[in-house]
Amino acid sequence: MIQVLEQRRAQIHRKGETATPLRCDRRSVAGSVTQRACAFCGSRVVLYPIADALHLVHGPIGCAAYNWDIRGALSSGPQLHRNSFSTDLQEMEVIYGGERKLKQALEELIDRYRPKAAFVYSTCIVGVIGDDVEAVCRQVARAKGIDVIPVASEGFRGTKKTGYQAACEAAFKLVGTGDTTGIGACSVNILGDFNIAGESWIIRRYFEEAGMEVVATITGDGRVDDLRRCHGARLNLVQCSGSMTHLAKLLETAHGIPMRRVSFFGLEDTAAALYEAANFFNDSAVLERTRDLVGREVGRVYPALKKYREALAGKRAALYVGGAFKAFSLVKALKLLGMTTVLAGTQTGSPEDYELLREICDDGTVIVDDSNPVELAKFILELDVDLFIGGVKERPIAYKLGVGFCDHNHERKIPLAGFEGMLHFAREVHATVLSPVWQFVPRRSRRSSASTPSREIISPSKNPAAVEERKGLA
Amino acid sequence: MLNSTTSHHTERQALRVNPAKTCQPIGAMYAALGIHNCLPHSHGSQGCCAYHRSHLTRHFKEPVMATTSSFTEGASVFGGLANMTQALTNIFSIYQPDVVAVHTTCLSEVIGDDLPMMFKKFREDGKLPPGKHLIHANTPSFQGSHITGFANMTTAMVRYLCEKSGEVCDRFNLLPGYLDPADMREVKRLAAGIGARFVMFPDTSDVLDGPQTGRFQMYPQGGATVEEIRSAGDGFATLALGFWASEPAAKELEHKCEVPYELVELPIGLGATDAFVDAVRRLAATEVPGEIERERGQLIDLMSDMSQYLHEKRVAVFGDPDHVIPLVRFLVELGMRPVHVVTGTPGKAFETNVRQLLGPAGAAAKVRAGEDLLSLHQWIKAEPVDLLIGNTYGKYIARAEDNLPFVRFGFPILDRVAHRLFPTVGYRGAMRLVAGITDALLDKKDRECPEEFFELVQ
Ligand code: SF4
Ligand code: SF4
Repeated sequence: MIQVLEQRRAQIHRKGETATPLRCDRRSVAGSVTQRACAFCGSRVVLYPIADALHLVHGPIGCAAYNWDIRGALSSGPQLHRNSFSTDLQEMEVIYGGERKLKQALEELIDRYRPKAAFVYSTCIVGVIGDDVEAVCRQVARAKGIDVIPVASEGFRGTKKTGYQAACEAAFKLVGTGDTTGIGACSVNILGDFNIAGESWIIRRYFEEAGMEVVATITGDGRVDDLRRCHGARLNLVQCSGSMTHLAKLLETAHGIPMRRVSFFGLEDTAAALYEAANFFNDSAVLERTRDLVGREVGRVYPALKKYREALAGKRAALYVGGAFKAFSLVKALKLLGMTTVLAGTQTGSPEDYELLREICDDGTVIVDDSNPVELAKFILELDVDLFIGGVKERPIAYKLGVGFCDHNHERKIPLAGFEGMLHFAREVHATVLSPVWQFVPRRSRRSSASTPSREIISPSKNPAAVEERKGLA
Repeated sequence: MLNSTTSHHTERQALRVNPAKTCQPIGAMYAALGIHNCLPHSHGSQGCCAYHRSHLTRHFKEPVMATTSSFTEGASVFGGLANMTQALTNIFSIYQPDVVAVHTTCLSEVIGDDLPMMFKKFREDGKLPPGKHLIHANTPSFQGSHITGFANMTTAMVRYLCEKSGEVCDRFNLLPGYLDPADMREVKRLAAGIGARFVMFPDTSDVLDGPQTGRFQMYPQGGATVEEIRSAGDGFATLALGFWASEPAAKELEHKCEVPYELVELPIGLGATDAFVDAVRRLAATEVPGEIERERGQLIDLMSDMSQYLHEKRVAVFGDPDHVIPLVRFLVELGMRPVHVVTGTPGKAFETNVRQLLGPAGAAAKVRAGEDLLSLHQWIKAEPVDLLIGNTYGKYIARAEDNLPFVRFGFPILDRVAHRLFPTVGYRGAMRLVAGITDALLDKKDRECPEEFFELVQ
């Protein structure tokens, strides 16, 4: 069997067997096939969906080329963000500095596209050659009369997480510069949803239907002007713990806006998120409308899940995703589909994240931090999974092993958020797990279906939110 | 997304908008995957490596294995020796490759890491397991493009692995250039079909076009073995396909092991395939077999059948230089008119070469190396075309230009699958190109022509 890197042992856990806490939050071991990316990547993910801003990558061509429009962060209006703008640094600039080129590029772009604001991303090389990006940004901002904001996203600064932080700092520069008149008492910002496949639209619709005003979705279908006035909202709902918590904290400190961590993935979490906000405002009309909405949607979706649940009961899932919050929601959603999570891992979870993950998983579930393909493949086979949930690098591995795959990353094409998202998720999981193609995979065709353990559908005792939700339904 | 593009074109010095190239390391990584049991290693921060792997995976839909030195802020100040040593130690103890092919990134280039020195130390400290190999290529992205990176890594294979035993063998060396696995397979099929004995490297067939097996293989069965590459030093000649991707390695082999080389274009289209087939025939000292003659005949038959739809059609082409040159040649053979020809990779030779192919009739054409897709789009706006050929990124232009017929060709193709299995090189590949081009033109007509002109038979 495949070995596990010795230094990584402490980053792998089997619930119920290993007693020590999981080692995480550390750098990848040099020489491992890590699935992790860099700070620059993290910053791009977070700011990219701001569609009327200019996003200029200051660096050599590759960094800009690889994230050219690879994320399905949809915009209902401008599409400027989907272009790839780069200073394409050449040897001369590496030697003599790239400030002049940066300035010229910025001016050209601003004249050509007249964006609402500009973000300038630093890549590793810029950090080393020592360009004063801030000074150039200040100059151009003054000359052109728009905000030009440097993002300290040099890749070597750390993992995506570091980049999230830099992106939050950059976004925060816009916050508080707009007019907040007209923003009502029941108003929220939604942070950490990137409108992949239109998810922000779904979530926004729920809030508006429930009588809550959405001041800004940050950054899904984002607009510069929304960011400018988002400090007028009364509550921040933060999804995807890793990426936007920092901005929420900044908003809390500077503008006194409280924050709540939520998830819009899965029935219970979506309902919980809406109730969280409604309860916060303590407005009876809003509460009632929220109840109506949740009742109606769950009433619509839950029965429709039945046929998928029947087909998927007892199937085994492995997930390896970016952030831990996503992992929590996925474990719960898979449970709702009658499936068991036998492997749960994230690229960038924190110790508390893994503690929580351990709590919601069953005994025997393997929990890993910053894994690599060899390890993942080993576990997929050993744990005999039917479904793998991950990102672009994991998809072909799952398929090679003859295992269904569901993209829960930024390249997914189907909205998985909200109540209807759960239905999409069920459909997608069903389609891939039960695809007839797996019967042609030698390893799988030998496996008798009797060997897959059957599972309880959902355990009410472990899952108070689900009980609540069903009470609400009854 | 590109609706705001106008026909007004200005020269830009400082700004790249929608590039027609990417960076060196991805090419180096791809080339390294063409060595059997080889693990590409990216010496830099981990982001680059993640990007390169993801991008290759999007194109090939296959797992792509590579490791990284995982630079931190410390390494970016003090150099990457410690990272490299730890990385190599881990790689050999866990992943057990025969070869680790290291490429640099912009970061390690700028801080000036000396890889040969690091290898030397690693070896002197007794850390390199016996029978294992380290090779390296410098791949700064502020020079050249992914094609340069591919060329540099192929050259590194020669530099580190090829050896001259003194006895020239009866095989020649084939350097395939930056081709997809399916194309590499086709090049081998043609050469073998002519009866040639040869060694080809790098060779990514059976590495990145593997079958579904239910197993995950860190090192798939394909790739040129170290032994094969070593023996290239004893080859009696080298046939290098593509000036940009293959000539540097061919030159190095000539320099190091005195193997003379011949350079031909990638065998794309009729004339370029003829030249390739002829070169192989001469080297193998045989006749071209009837089977391959037949393929050629079928291609010409198809070209004549379809010529009515292709004649004088105006085409915009972009892509990698080694691909675009023979493609332009082919379009001319088909009676089409390439009017805008762009590559993102720098190099004046490209422009001269394409101009030559276009001749006086094509004097008005825009031909440019080191250009991007905004310029191409602006030129198309100013002087419209009937067809666009290029990698996936062309789809934005095609859409903005009223669904301009668009044929995907080159690297990367992120949204279609045929390139994974069906070659575009050789006579058969050319047939596929003709089919693709005519389909694209006729599909548009079928979708958009008035009812009375909607025809059953074409
Ligand atoms: S830093 Fe250089 S090597 Fe890395 S992705 Fe950017 S351009 Fe490519
Ligand atoms: S150079 Fe740095 S910023 Fe660019 S991709 Fe590599 S690690 Fe990320």
